[in-house]
Amino acid sequence: MLEVSNLACSRGDHRLFSGLGFALHPGQIMQVQGENGSGKTSLLRALCGFLMPDEGVIAWCGKSIRDLDEEYHAEMLYLGHLNAIKDELSALENLRISAGLSGVELDEKAAIAALRRIGLRGRERLPTKVLSQGQRRRVALARLLVSDARLWILDEPLTALDVGAVALIQELMAEHLARQGMVIFTTHQPLQVAGVEMRSLSLS
Amino acid sequence: MKKSSMLGLLVLVIRRDLVLAMRRRADVLTTLIFFVMVVSLFPLGVGPEMNMLRKMAAGVLWVAALLSSMLSLGRLFSADYLDGTLEQMMLAPQSLSMLVLGKMTAHWMVSGLPLVLMAPVLGLQFDMPVQALGVLIIGLLLGTPILSMVGAIGAALTLGLRGGGVLLSLLVLPLCIPVLIFGTGAVEAVSTGLSAVSHLSLLGALLVLALVFTPWVTAQALRISME
Repeated sequence: MLEVSNLACSRGDHRLFSGLGFALHPGQIMQVQGENGSGKTSLLRALCGFLMPDEGVIAWCGKSIRDLDEEYHAEMLYLGHLNAIKDELSALENLRISAGLSGVELDEKAAIAALRRIGLRGRERLPTKVLSQGQRRRVALARLLVSDARLWILDEPLTALDVGAVALIQELMAEHLARQGMVIFTTHQPLQVAGVEMRSLSLS
Repeated sequence: MKKSSMLGLLVLVIRRDLVLAMRRRADVLTTLIFFVMVVSLFPLGVGPEMNMLRKMAAGVLWVAALLSSMLSLGRLFSADYLDGTLEQMMLAPQSLSMLVLGKMTAHWMVSGLPLVLMAPVLGLQFDMPVQALGVLIIGLLLGTPILSMVGAIGAALTLGLRGGGVLLSLLVLPLCIPVLIFGTGAVEAVSTGLSAVSHLSLLGALLVLALVFTPWVTAQALRISME
């Protein structure tokens, strides 16, 4: 599980938040709320280990993520503002490469199945530069289907998505939580996951 | 789902970068054309005096190789940085140094190896003797990977900076001077009838040193740049 205690982060001289603490247990989902610039993305980046917090400890299963490093990376999945997909590659190639980077060798059949479920049927082999913004986001989100990470860290996963895709993401989150997964995410859109209590964390 | 090994990841990164390079062929060709242009301009500018050309051949080829490898360094990490792939690479459950080594290898195959293959043809323009050409190729084969690897450190440190290109050259070029000295020294030794082995061994030693240390240093530099 993920435990955060007494966390403080700043950007430049500006202190974003301090004394932040929470714990996320298997099967729980938490939404990070706050205005623009309140430090939501910084918090999520600190949870990934990109950003060194000024104070405090982030622990995974009782050990600091700094010490776990690669062991922790194997159990988490991060989806940021950027899609991490290459325009020159097809959706299929993009998905297989990003799965490979996260340590999972994905065969073509499984990748195509994932892309179809995420709503890209017939577009699997097109270069992603011809896809729309929402479709590119779907290519990035397809990683959720092929990953076996226990902790999902999602920064604004719903940007550019249509109503159908939002429903699909809610469904994926519910499945993940049912498998005893954990989700921490930010969004400015309403999002409900059936059957679980949504915890929320406000940054101000 | 199968877990990928460390070697599997290395191969994946190299293959990915090579596929990307093939789909953006203009970038690859720029480096090669720059190299050919610079080297070919010298005989035109200096004049057709054979003795002089033969003497300066190795130096000109090496300096041109050094400068053209600088051209492509800026792109080593910047595309991955801008589209977020670098973030995902840092979160890979394998060591970041391994990924970096993969990127360095792919960079050399795309921007270093073509120069090595082109060098004998260009050497003929300078009327280089066959023996000197052979040593030049071996030297370039040992030296260009060092340029890619040392350059990667600079590319990682200047990531996301405006005007990073100039800063990159200022950082990296001084570090590449030993490679230049031993590379041209080897050709000169052969031309004066001495053995080039000592120079080439030193280049080989530099290559081994770079292989061991630069991936780790670059990985640390990337972590700093990502904060």
